Amino acid sequence: MKDNKYYRDEVPENNPTFEVDRRDFVKLLGGGLFIYFQLGSFLTGVAAEAAQQRSLPKDYNAFIHISEDGTVTCLVGKIEMGQGIITSFPQMVADELDAPLESIKMIMGDTELCPYDAGTWGSLSTRQLGPSLLAAVAEARGVLLSLGAENLGATPEECSIENGVIFIKNNKNKKVSFGQLTKGKKIEKYLDVKPKIKDFSEFKIRGKSFRHADGVIKVKGEAMYSGDFKMPGMLYAKILRPPSHGATLVKADTSEAEKMEGISIARDKELVAVLHRDIEKAEAALAKVKAEYKFDEMKVDDQTVFKHMLEFPSDAKVVKSSGDIATGKSASDQIFESEFHNSYVAHAAMETHTALGFMEGDKVVVRASTQTPFGTQDGIARELGLGLDKVRVIPPFLGGGFGGKTMFRQAIEAARLTKITGKPIMVLWTRKEAFFYDNFRPAAVIKITSGTDKSGKISLWDYHEYFAGARGSDTIYDVPNAKTTSYSAKDVHPFLTGAWRAPGNNTNTFARESQIEMMAAKIGTDPLDFRLKNLKDERMIGVLKAVAELFGWSPAKSPSGRGYGIACGFDAGSYVAHIAEVKVDQTTGKIQVVRVACAQDMGYCINPEGSIIQMEGCITMGMGYALTEEVKFTGGDIHTANFGTYQLPQFSWVPKIQTKILEKNEAPQGGGEPAIICMGGVLANAVFDACGARLYQLPMTPERVLGAIAKVK
Amino acid sequence: MAEIIQFELNGKKVEIPLEKGQTLLWVLRDNFNLTGTKYGCGEGYCGACTVIINGEAVRSCGIAMEDVAGKKITTIEGMSVNGKLHPVQQAFVDHDALQCGFCTPGMIMNAYGLLLKTPHPSREQIIEGMEDNLCRCGAHVRIIEAIESASKVLKV
Repeated sequence: MKDNKYYRDEVPENNPTFEVDRRDFVKLLGGGLFIYFQLGSFLTGVAAEAAQQRSLPKDYNAFIHISEDGTVTCLVGKIEMGQGIITSFPQMVADELDAPLESIKMIMGDTELCPYDAGTWGSLSTRQLGPSLLAAVAEARGVLLSLGAENLGATPEECSIENGVIFIKNNKNKKVSFGQLTKGKKIEKYLDVKPKIKDFSEFKIRGKSFRHADGVIKVKGEAMYSGDFKMPGMLYAKILRPPSHGATLVKADTSEAEKMEGISIARDKELVAVLHRDIEKAEAALAKVKAEYKFDEMKVDDQTVFKHMLEFPSDAKVVKSSGDIATGKSASDQIFESEFHNSYVAHAAMETHTALGFMEGDKVVVRASTQTPFGTQDGIARELGLGLDKVRVIPPFLGGGFGGKTMFRQAIEAARLTKITGKPIMVLWTRKEAFFYDNFRPAAVIKITSGTDKSGKISLWDYHEYFAGARGSDTIYDVPNAKTTSYSAKDVHPFLTGAWRAPGNNTNTFARESQIEMMAAKIGTDPLDFRLKNLKDERMIGVLKAVAELFGWSPAKSPSGRGYGIACGFDAGSYVAHIAEVKVDQTTGKIQVVRVACAQDMGYCINPEGSIIQMEGCITMGMGYALTEEVKFTGGDIHTANFGTYQLPQFSWVPKIQTKILEKNEAPQGGGEPAIICMGGVLANAVFDACGARLYQLPMTPERVLGAIAKVK
Repeated sequence: MAEIIQFELNGKKVEIPLEKGQTLLWVLRDNFNLTGTKYGCGEGYCGACTVIINGEAVRSCGIAMEDVAGKKITTIEGMSVNGKLHPVQQAFVDHDALQCGFCTPGMIMNAYGLLLKTPHPSREQIIEGMEDNLCRCGAHVRIIEAIESASKVLKV
């Protein structure tokens, strides 16, 4: 590890939610100049233009602005939901620009100020936006160097930059700061030859650990989330909800609710909302609304869903194919056929979907907990029939997302209600609403037929993925005859499903890594040796060897009774490998996770401690889908309504966690999701190693564990 | 005329007309603008709304306002004094014991309540005391370490 200690105690405090509106932004920028634009032209300039065009701007001014006092404002369309880019982006910008870290301020996701971004998902911020952001900053640095040299009567080659100050190398007293340089100037200058971004060897701030830049305001309770904003005349909206998906409103009688003091009703087609200054009064009034529905629901429930999915007409798509399945079968000494099931799980971020809508002239402004502010802006504009210039979305801090806040129904509701009433409207979902409208991780079936030859090599891999999503479905192993088929269909689910942290990959890695250890166990090989023998990818081999060392692996044939399991995989550009130790109570079926070790190769790591925190979070969160989390439903009726019937990981579950990030001078890759993908597989394999019982379905509830144990006794 | 109730909030005497059906959570958030206390589930499962009442950590979503009269209440906003973080807050910062931060105020208040009762808890006591506060990001291991650290410096 490069530097696993915190690099300094004082980190810049960043709060992307400070009150910025058009006027405030100008104030925030002070008398300083956006280097190439006059202040007035900025907002209608590059960023707004790029936002309209729905693509990343080429002009670096859209990403970075330098004020008179030297403050460097970095504008990105991403949002902060705990993943930590509010800490790592300033590290990247300061390092590339040679500016002090504490001079970097972030403005994030505001559709009026920030360059367009599709959304904060897929662990893409660093690996996909990062290079564009750095290219912009590198050009800004080059321009500043050239302007500074001119100011000092020197050539750019004779000058250098440190801490936001340009100076002549052999006469350091001759210097000018970024702020002094840009003051009062109206310059439009671009570099014909775009400077190269810095090489790993030149990094000073990247690669070092920094604490969360938003840590202090969060422990003080000062960080602002969507529900924390207040406005004069603001009303809470409580919206009439159907009892189930597939229910359509026939009639709503609001007369009893209307009798309550201070209540008003807003209706627009199917949208029926009661409004009150006080959220609890609005809720009480909503309970008095009488509604009739007609029902058209799918006949499926959490027990029959797997059969339903296999019988459902679907489109088959070959994701990848090499060699020939029939050849693979005849080359195999042993054939293994398995079917794995995975359940619907909820995102269950601690902050429910929330949005505050208000009018600013004829413009609808919405502060919303959304992972896709620009997508939300599109959605509102479409729904209300407005131009994009009449809709502004401002995402403050998000209280968790995990893919659940790629859906922004609550923001559209707030926008519609504020448009109807002209008043500021707060839509803050109850936990029950958050479960009901969640885009659950889809339930899925995986069927695998695999084979090994006499030498212990995998000779056959025929993989069929039904509705999990193809991410992570391709085998990571070196198999001559392999085929991956992905099945999908519209309307197979009775409710909304969608991306859940490392979509597809949790289910696929569970199935693949379970199958791998089944084969290793059958042919009597140590599961680590078996993997190493069947892998070609050096980086996958690298993380496996690293985690084996971290854990202290000693070879044994499974089930060894030790309760050790292994899993590895690839997600968001990064390689991960896990080893877990579990204890299985064979009378209650309860699994206690004792220890989880994880090694990750994510290319160059910008903020090691921040990445380790993500790995710990992935491991902890991942225990939930592996052990308890499962949405219960009958047709469109979601029985899971609160945490009493949906068990998240708790303090008593927390194992000893060991993490290692491999040191690599390679392009940075994703860090928010990879370490969660192995949790189903690694724990299933550890359970098998503990007691010889193989679990084919997640979550591994005590009941299912006891069932699997009964089969081998 | 509505009945007026008085109580102490973050060291200050306050009063408010009693309205039927109001819970402490929403009065704190909307009447006193103390929005550090969060709504997470509304039914006492998650602990995001935890505050200290008369020295005990309780879930404000389940506290009716009529039961608040005469009580001493501390919220997350009352923890730091003159801008200086409370030792529990400081320990959460030092250990980076948070991600999205939404459960954090409730975690800190619950931990403070635990330390008021058990100033030097064992790791097992910390786990038991924090068990029903939920964190979706998975900051648990650091939260435990932060509370262990805080217990060493906190003078109760």
